[in-house]
Amino acid sequence: MTETKTPRLSRRTLLQGAGAAAGLAAGSGVVTGFPAIIAAEPVTLRYLGTAVNQSGDIARKVKEDLGITIEYIPVVTDEVSKRVVTQPNSFDIVDSEYFSLKKLMPSGNLVGMDARRIKNADKITPVFTKGEVAGKTIGDQGTAPKKVFYLEGQNSTKFASSPTEWITLIPTTYNADTLGIRPDLIKRPISSWKELLNPEFKGKASILNIPSIGIMDAAMVVEATGDYTYPDKGNMTRPEIDRTMKVLIEAKRAGQFRAFWQDFNESVNLMASGETVIQSMWSPAVTKVRSQGVACTYQPLKEGYRAWASGFGLPKTLTGKKLDAAYDFINWFLSGWAGAYLNRQGYYSAVLETAKAQMEPYEWAFWMEGKPAEKDIKAPDGTVMEKAGAVRDGGSFEQRMGAVACWNSVMDENTYMVRKWNEFIAA
Amino acid sequence: MSTATARVPSLPEAAQAAPALPGLAAETRRQRRLAYWQAMPLGLVFLAFFLVPLALTLIVSFWEYNEYEIIPAFTLQNYADVFEGCLSGADLCTTFRTYLSTLKFCLLGWAATLTVGFTVAYFVAFHVRSTAMQTVLFLICTIPFWTSNVIRMIAWIPLLGRNGLVNDTLMGLGVTKAPIEGLLYSDFSVVLAFIHLDTVFMIVPIFNSMMRIDRSLIEAATDAGATPWQTLWNVIVPLCKPGIAIGSIFVLTLIMGDFVTVGVMGGQQIASVGKVIQVQMSYLQFPAAAANAVVLLGAVMVLIGALTRLIDLRREL
Repeated sequence: MTETKTPRLSRRTLLQGAGAAAGLAAGSGVVTGFPAIIAAEPVTLRYLGTAVNQSGDIARKVKEDLGITIEYIPVVTDEVSKRVVTQPNSFDIVDSEYFSLKKLMPSGNLVGMDARRIKNADKITPVFTKGEVAGKTIGDQGTAPKKVFYLEGQNSTKFASSPTEWITLIPTTYNADTLGIRPDLIKRPISSWKELLNPEFKGKASILNIPSIGIMDAAMVVEATGDYTYPDKGNMTRPEIDRTMKVLIEAKRAGQFRAFWQDFNESVNLMASGETVIQSMWSPAVTKVRSQGVACTYQPLKEGYRAWASGFGLPKTLTGKKLDAAYDFINWFLSGWAGAYLNRQGYYSAVLETAKAQMEPYEWAFWMEGKPAEKDIKAPDGTVMEKAGAVRDGGSFEQRMGAVACWNSVMDENTYMVRKWNEFIAA
Repeated sequence: MSTATARVPSLPEAAQAAPALPGLAAETRRQRRLAYWQAMPLGLVFLAFFLVPLALTLIVSFWEYNEYEIIPAFTLQNYADVFEGCLSGADLCTTFRTYLSTLKFCLLGWAATLTVGFTVAYFVAFHVRSTAMQTVLFLICTIPFWTSNVIRMIAWIPLLGRNGLVNDTLMGLGVTKAPIEGLLYSDFSVVLAFIHLDTVFMIVPIFNSMMRIDRSLIEAATDAGATPWQTLWNVIVPLCKPGIAIGSIFVLTLIMGDFVTVGVMGGQQIASVGKVIQVQMSYLQFPAAAANAVVLLGAVMVLIGALTRLIDLRREL
């Protein structure tokens, strides 16, 4: 019918019609219960996030299972928040770190996710919902996900203190970070964060050049030396920032650091080439160094881990079919395949039981239970990551996530901290 | 224009010339209009991509901000933050320290690129006789530009590292006992990268100046009994001044605004103004970054101003 009518329509009326149709679709998106007929017309979701979770395998599998095309927009962590705040129309789904939420939610550009539309919402690990692992409360200094997990209402910019049906981010991956070391060059056991600034490793240590994370690693060192105990490492006062920076500046002037690293590959190269022997690191980077045949350990330390978590958020502007597709994609993501895929890389997935169903028992035993590998452990692309008999550094999920001391965060005194960090770099 | 046309009828003695004058005036007017039209595309490009962003940067530098938004206001706080602690005098403040470090690299980079660039240009311009060979050699100088800046920098890392090629060779030859740590992530590696990246900007204008020197001047100098060094210093160098000045402006502005080279080659441990701005941008502190950018712009302009004081570029060209 429209076809016969179109020639007589002016551009303006056509646009009005389209607007009305879009409005109608928007309305239907809010009222739940309509089955999404995605196979009929392909939907493309623009997926904004860091490259960490954006794997081609996941995109292919989604296309296969749901018919949704995932278009990745890979940027660095800081750029994710910048985009959400400044260009909220440039993506359909965002994979952001929880600590960014403190600046993202007040902008009003993200919307609370309807927990009733997430099938496995009640199965999401209590790490997020209650801050617990196996019934035991874990460290919640910094921006622990449980503090920012729920919103007071769908369009609220306030975090709720008790569970509601509006979720800020549905977790994709999370992990517990610690120091990576070269056991072949250090030749003695390392058990504390304070070793990072031990003069023994002068010119052979490194930290991240991301101020908010770098300063927390430094705070772990300060606490480990017994110098000072922070009420909250993830939210320091000005005097605490000064104190921490002083320690860092002294170490830098003494030549403790070989370099600071900013991205994944830099950290791999520093470690693999022997420029550094001890540095803050990410789990897959350690795996990558090891896959080059270089000994590298993701060393568990007695003071615990610094954890991080990221998850899916939806922009307020998302409506209609795209909104349905986004919910379908998130439901698919929690349904197991993706979780197993991420677990096999050393990350943790949000819904453990669905991921377990998609993993071989020996894989689950190695990655999640901290047991020696029965067979060679292979990466998703088939390369051998660990030989049979190897044990995961730090042990099981409960041991690793249970020993979390603090979470990546944005401090209230963020501006001051960034200024002090620049001072540290200039020192 | 309007005064000329108004004057014509009021001056009876010019009546004879009167028929020609309006025609001439119209012609000049037309020419002038044409000139404005011709300059307009570039003018508009400048307006849209240079003046407007610059004005915006300036405006935003006076705004307030918080974690997630910038707030229109008028505050000098951002500038106060830039110069925090600079007046106390006890210890150098971050900004001065950063600029001092940047200036140091400017000086080192400039001296090194000038020496290398002048030598290369001199060789190609005066020692290579055939024009074909000159062209070939000149093109060879541009080969590094076929790959990206970052790749050219990163290529040095396996060479200079603790277990890199240079250290391995030196130790293999028995020249050094332990690896030289200062080769990488140090001032040395940063300057080395600047030489690699920026020398071409010195070679091109100096070479251009040299090619314009009348060869008979050099013959005259030789005939007058000047030694080759005297010819170089008293004839060639003064005549190359515009080329040197242009090359210097290129190199100095490149180094002043750089943060990638200093970051990668300095192991992120050496401060640069660009890096400070980048960190602030990544934390959405746009007004603070804008204030820093304005201060940097001022510093570069002072530098260029000083250079043009030394050499009157317009006259020389």
